[in-house]
Amino acid sequence: MAAGKLDPRPDAWGRLATILDTPAKRGVAIALILAVMVVAPMAFGQYATVILTNALLYTILALGLNIVVGYAGLLDLGYAAFFAVGAYAVGILTTTFGWNFWATIPLAVLAAMLAGLIIGGPTLRLRSDYLAIVTLGFGEIVRIAARNLDITGKASGISGIEQPWLFGWHIARPVDFYYVFLVLAIIGILVSVRLANSRLGRAWLYVRHDEDAAEAMGINRVRVKLAAYVIGAIYGSIGGAFFAVNLTAISPESFSFKQSTLFLMAVILGGMGKIPGVILGAFIVVLAPEVLRDFGSFRYLIFAVGLLLIMLYRPSGIWPAGSKR
Amino acid sequence: MAALLHLNGVTLGFAGNIVLQGVDFTVDAGTITSLIGPNGAGKTSLFNCITGFYKPQSGSISFDRRAMLPLKPFQVTRAGIARTFQNVRLFRQMSVLENVMSGQHCRTSAGAIGAIFHLPAQQREEEKIRAHSVECLRFVGVGQDEWERDATTLAYGHQRRVEIARALATEPKLLLLDEPAAGLTKGEKGELVELITRIRDERKVAVLLIEHDTGLVMRISERVSVLDHGTIIAEGIPKDIQANPKVIEAYLGAEDAEAALAL
Repeated sequence: MAAGKLDPRPDAWGRLATILDTPAKRGVAIALILAVMVVAPMAFGQYATVILTNALLYTILALGLNIVVGYAGLLDLGYAAFFAVGAYAVGILTTTFGWNFWATIPLAVLAAMLAGLIIGGPTLRLRSDYLAIVTLGFGEIVRIAARNLDITGKASGISGIEQPWLFGWHIARPVDFYYVFLVLAIIGILVSVRLANSRLGRAWLYVRHDEDAAEAMGINRVRVKLAAYVIGAIYGSIGGAFFAVNLTAISPESFSFKQSTLFLMAVILGGMGKIPGVILGAFIVVLAPEVLRDFGSFRYLIFAVGLLLIMLYRPSGIWPAGSKR
Repeated sequence: MAALLHLNGVTLGFAGNIVLQGVDFTVDAGTITSLIGPNGAGKTSLFNCITGFYKPQSGSISFDRRAMLPLKPFQVTRAGIARTFQNVRLFRQMSVLENVMSGQHCRTSAGAIGAIFHLPAQQREEEKIRAHSVECLRFVGVGQDEWERDATTLAYGHQRRVEIARALATEPKLLLLDEPAAGLTKGEKGELVELITRIRDERKVAVLLIEHDTGLVMRISERVSVLDHGTIIAEGIPKDIQANPKVIEAYLGAEDAEAALAL
């Protein structure tokens, strides 16, 4: 990443920041967005609800990946692997072993944490370039293993995953899942905010900015990076768990390298290390191809050109983590 | 008085080039000790050995009666040795206060769970981190109007102070300062001398100083060691060092005549 240069020109976000300068005003803005999100399924119909649910799923995953890439500065090219671990843990445990969905979540999280420790433990001791290569390989290993193992249903995957009940509420319709993912995304945001404003969150930034200086301040950089990697894995597995019960069927191709790049794109596009930026990035990655649907097969070309332009003119993302006064 | 820091026969080489050769060196508790020598003598390498960044091929380093060589840099800091860098290395895009708070990391323990649920212990700890960092900033004389500013936008002299505050926030017993006066004005150097003296007297922290400004060194040090070509060529009180012909020769030999004249 290029060094964050100070931009003295007041840009659109700068103006937004001056409008939303007090906590009260920011609170009003958040309440407005939340109100829109709550009424959205009623206002926009079922098709839009499904798309928005997907955008919320991407938000959760981008928030998790943001902790790894944005906060701790570790390039993870195989994030879809944790998404897959969560989805397959739920798929296998509910279908083959007949577990209740809610009971499988702790195990899905545990499996992702374990995978994170196994992959991150040795690799995070090395320079961060190695992590990119190892995670790229890990992502492919998980996908190819899922394609070839009997327990994961080989290439056809797992189908017939039961949709869960919550206190007599059958979470089954698209609108049900919309609200489940909305709640998950809000929890994801709150957790991210609290982590960012904590001892651990600051340590991620210290290590990202200057590893040697951070270590000279008594920070165990391997441990701090591992914490980021494992917390990112937890976000991924929770996203994957709910993804599995939403679709009721999962297959290895849902967890390809392309998925990992889309998650990474959401983080980098919106602005690494900045929560509103990351959410914006997730929504753009999901909504842009839908908005451009009228252009038929040209839509991905237009999308790609748009991405290139954003990266050329805003290399640190649309809404980057700003520097202080 | 037992030595706080004790180096014994420290030898360091990179790819066949000897950087340090059998360095014996001590720092007593509660004193200001200086390490001087021509450019390239190995002073910063010695700092890097003490702080665990470089691993010498032979010799031993003990601090507070503990062996330092097996420790990683973060463990050395935890053991009570803090440092600053020759070229100020503050964390970019972070406030002055956040920079200093990094020093408290090794004296605190809250993890992810505490942060997510805002557990009482975590909240108390955050308060403690903040209060201690504020105290360190006040001690080095960085005013409240600068705490929320991006640390790297401060005037150079103030960045140096923030770096010292950050090192003090680790609650050290020994503070290593690598050329703290470099790039400072005459007035700022005077304030630095006062600050270093206060670090020793008020905080009871021993100081090991690398410095090119020999005048400044002679003014504040209890003891001075001279490093040349990786070996200690002289050690003693400032007055003796100034009169030592080997020292003058080392500086002249290195064509660092300006520093020699300042002796």
